[in-house]
Amino acid sequence: MGGIGLTMRWLAEVHVALRSGIADPEGLTIGSALRALGYPTVSEVRSGKLMRIAFEADDSDTAEAAVAEMCRGLLANPVMETASWELRADEQQDAEAANP
Amino acid sequence: MTVVARGPRVTVAVFPGTWSERDFAHIIESELGWEARLVWHTDDDLGAPDAVVLPGGFAHGDHLRTGAIARFSPVMRSVEAFAAAGGPVIGSCNGFQVLTEAGMLPGALLRNDHLEFRCDWQSLRVEHPGAAAAWLGDLADGEVISLPISHGEGRYVADEATLDMLERDARIVLRYADADGRVTDEANPNGSERGIAGIVNERGNVLGLMPHPERASEAEMGGTDGLRLFRSLERWLQEQPAGAERRLSSG
Repeated sequence: MGGIGLTMRWLAEVHVALRSGIADPEGLTIGSALRALGYPTVSEVRSGKLMRIAFEADDSDTAEAAVAEMCRGLLANPVMETASWELRADEQQDAEAANP
Repeated sequence: MTVVARGPRVTVAVFPGTWSERDFAHIIESELGWEARLVWHTDDDLGAPDAVVLPGGFAHGDHLRTGAIARFSPVMRSVEAFAAAGGPVIGSCNGFQVLTEAGMLPGALLRNDHLEFRCDWQSLRVEHPGAAAAWLGDLADGEVISLPISHGEGRYVADEATLDMLERDARIVLRYADADGRVTDEANPNGSERGIAGIVNERGNVLGLMPHPERASEAEMGGTDGLRLFRSLERWLQEQPAGAERRLSSG
């Protein structure tokens, strides 16, 4: 990991899902296909998107704020979507950067 | 009436993936005898238009969400300024999606409820045409018109409060209907909330609709109801007070 004051690499996994109450015909179709595949107990499928974002920021607070702003500004449309994410330091990339 | 003397000038914005810009330009130039100007999305000079068209297609590949990337194109800053100055803007199909993603109209357009792309003629009930006079002023309240639809993602959604607000403020101006004007689930081609096919902004100058007026503006194409939107625009422009043209052009 980078030291204090050095820019660190981060990896965010952003999940975008339709808000509850918004019909998800894709999820419904996948659900019926899963039942046809032999899983009659499947009661619901909600589809969504996963985006893995590698970026740099000085510290975890800045990185967290950046991901929140990415979601608000572009990745999810609040009219019909919600976003959640997991953020972690990208140690592998940091190591590669330190020892190219 | 300098507007009429030279004929209206309509700017059609073109994004990578737009596909209806030439159809609009053809109607504007060949059918109406006006001036059409295609403006590439990286250009922020609209060329002092009387009206702006955001045409259908798949702007920026419709990546992430339909219309989501277009608002970062420089041309959209000028379109927003033009609309803010009261200039008439119409967004058809993908253009409607761009308008919602840019925050110029409320709500969003999602995958059709049956997951199919739907390309067909569609009956539409006109409501409150005066609320969108620049585009619908020549049409009658309750009238049924027929325009083609051609989309996979036309299901209009918004939260209940927004839908109620649109109803209350007479901003739902086109609804999917049957030939008799009845708004029914059967007549709804995509699962749109409350059968919404077109809405207008608060000021009444920005219209978003999923159907394609440019594909129904010549008799040989099977219908001319789309031309009536342009005739409405022509009359609206004529009725603007002197000086309005210059005010709009500065936008």
